[in-house]
Amino acid sequence: MVSIKDLPENEYVLEGNAACPGCPITIALRTMLKALGKDTIITVPASCSAVIQSLYPKTSFAVPTLNIAFEAAAASASGIEAALHAQGKDDITVLAWAGDGGSYDIGLQALSGALERGTNFIYVCYNNQMYSNTGVQRSGATPYGAWTTTTWTGKKEKQKNLAEIVMAHDIPYVATASIAYPTDLYRKAKKAKEIKGPKYMEIIAPCPPGWRFDMSKTVEMARLAVETGAWLMYEFENGKLTFNGPSKGIIDGSREPKPVEDWLRMQGRFKNITDDDLKEIKKELKERWEFYRKKSQLF
Amino acid sequence: MKIIDTANNIAALAAKMARPKVISAYPITPQTTIVEKLAQYVESGELKSEFIRVESEHSAMASCIGAEATGVRTFTATSSHGLLLMHEMLHWAALARLPIVMVNINRAIGPGWSIWSDCNDSIAQRDTGWLQFYCSSNQEVFDTIIQAYRVAEHKDVQLPVMINYDGFILSHTSMPADIPPQEEIDSFLPPYSPEWKLDVDKPITHGNIIGPEYYMEVRYDMQLSQMKAKNVIKDIDKEWHKTFGRSYGGLVEEYMCDDADTVIVASGAIGAEAHASVDELRKKGKKVGLARLRVFRPFPREELKKIAENSELIVIDRNISVGMEGAMATEIKAAVGNDIKQFIAGLGGRDVTHKDIIRMYELAKENKDGWYSVEVE
Repeated sequence: MVSIKDLPENEYVLEGNAACPGCPITIALRTMLKALGKDTIITVPASCSAVIQSLYPKTSFAVPTLNIAFEAAAASASGIEAALHAQGKDDITVLAWAGDGGSYDIGLQALSGALERGTNFIYVCYNNQMYSNTGVQRSGATPYGAWTTTTWTGKKEKQKNLAEIVMAHDIPYVATASIAYPTDLYRKAKKAKEIKGPKYMEIIAPCPPGWRFDMSKTVEMARLAVETGAWLMYEFENGKLTFNGPSKGIIDGSREPKPVEDWLRMQGRFKNITDDDLKEIKKELKERWEFYRKKSQLF
Repeated sequence: MKIIDTANNIAALAAKMARPKVISAYPITPQTTIVEKLAQYVESGELKSEFIRVESEHSAMASCIGAEATGVRTFTATSSHGLLLMHEMLHWAALARLPIVMVNINRAIGPGWSIWSDCNDSIAQRDTGWLQFYCSSNQEVFDTIIQAYRVAEHKDVQLPVMINYDGFILSHTSMPADIPPQEEIDSFLPPYSPEWKLDVDKPITHGNIIGPEYYMEVRYDMQLSQMKAKNVIKDIDKEWHKTFGRSYGGLVEEYMCDDADTVIVASGAIGAEAHASVDELRKKGKKVGLARLRVFRPFPREELKKIAENSELIVIDRNISVGMEGAMATEIKAAVGNDIKQFIAGLGGRDVTHKDIIRMYELAKENKDGWYSVEVE
């Protein structure tokens, strides 16, 4: 297990970038790029990450970066990868770096296409569970009950499970991670880099202005998401499903998750949920754990 | 080598001989046979290229953008609804200054579903920043695809090029074409040397947020490049003529315009058909010429203005900007500054024969114009 001190000192997300204070995306990308290194080309659809780069003619990304339309990250990655392959540059990692809007919703078709085609790339969905960049609208990843600017009385529908959709493509590597566990994220990124074919990673990215919590609490929020079982960290590799960190105990039943209220109460977006809503959220979580308990026994 | 084949097969052959490193395409009638042929070339090893079998036209263009931005020559082809789905990425390719070359087979838009020719698909892409060529023969399709790479990749241009031709009328019709040997194509079209690319040893960020203090210059530079492209196209047409013995007049192909009192302006298959109409009218002693609009973007304003100085123009549009008129007619009027006769004809593949064009000439002489076969017979 790699320790935080072992992470390379090279920085590919530079200081002075345009991220909000307490932004989880820069934490996630910083860790990812430490693992992937200099020989990485990144493609970024419309998302907070398009803003974080900062304004032309400056940039805060120290690896070659292509900005592309909202729904087109995975397709552009297929093109980059094909061009690299045609030039014999197969040692370069192609990283598609998209939010949940660009992955769960508008970019799902392109993602599915690239996965099915076997594009040799890493697709990362940094999931802040809403359209943060456009001012906190609901996405397919927004959880039940959450306030957004398009669900003023709380979202009435459950979030979809994109990683499951991705796994149905039978790709070699799927992993979920949390920015509160950077060494786990680093290890997964390193592993993904070494595997040929499509790799999918999803990172929970608590957004202070969107989730309505203090900007000093980002990492804490990402840790609580895991400790309460609201977010699960796992890897699906060679037909084997493995849970990591606290998620392992939550799924195999050896660890009692923290009450989900601890996580919900820290977030303004769940301020107005009713007792019935809370019951619904808890029921949904239990069902999800149960689903994965069974699934991990199968695989 | 003389061959007889369909425009689609000839387009695929031209694309192959241009040696793109990445091809990405999604099938749509009547473009499909291009994609099939190219897949065959790649799978048989005749063409060393990556073929991305995308799940949509939007992704076809997005992947061409990704590939071209990574420093290689690309090719794609589409038609009609496919082109419309690409629309956002067409803007993206042009603003990213990526010299992608694409064939578009002109096909009408639904509903109701129509697979037959008209140009509303490509006319709707007028303002994307792409150069637009309209071809009238299978030979011209071949020649223009090779030329298009030279034009697009020229340092003064650095913009994508769309080569259009009529669905079925050209795409599925066999005609003779002279195909030069590969080595002659190679010396006319050297390997691609990109002006910018994604390079891990020289990292750049392309396309991040740009403030109002820079954006206008980006657009202005595109406009300058399109204007410069006029001469580039003409020069390359001349070079092609010198090398291979064929010329299409650069932007506008003029036929018997010198002494003409009336000039028919048309493009694509109607432009070819009008050739026969001019011959017949000339036999009857009518001083008629033909200006076949080969390039719609950049718009050959000066050329048309010059033709209009001594002759009345009859413009035939195979498109309609609903709520106004034919798109070519609007632009020609703006360019020449005087009144013209204008017809809408051939929408949704309605046949336009040389006799129909003669009839349009006669109607124009009776001071009539409009929707041919709908409001004027």
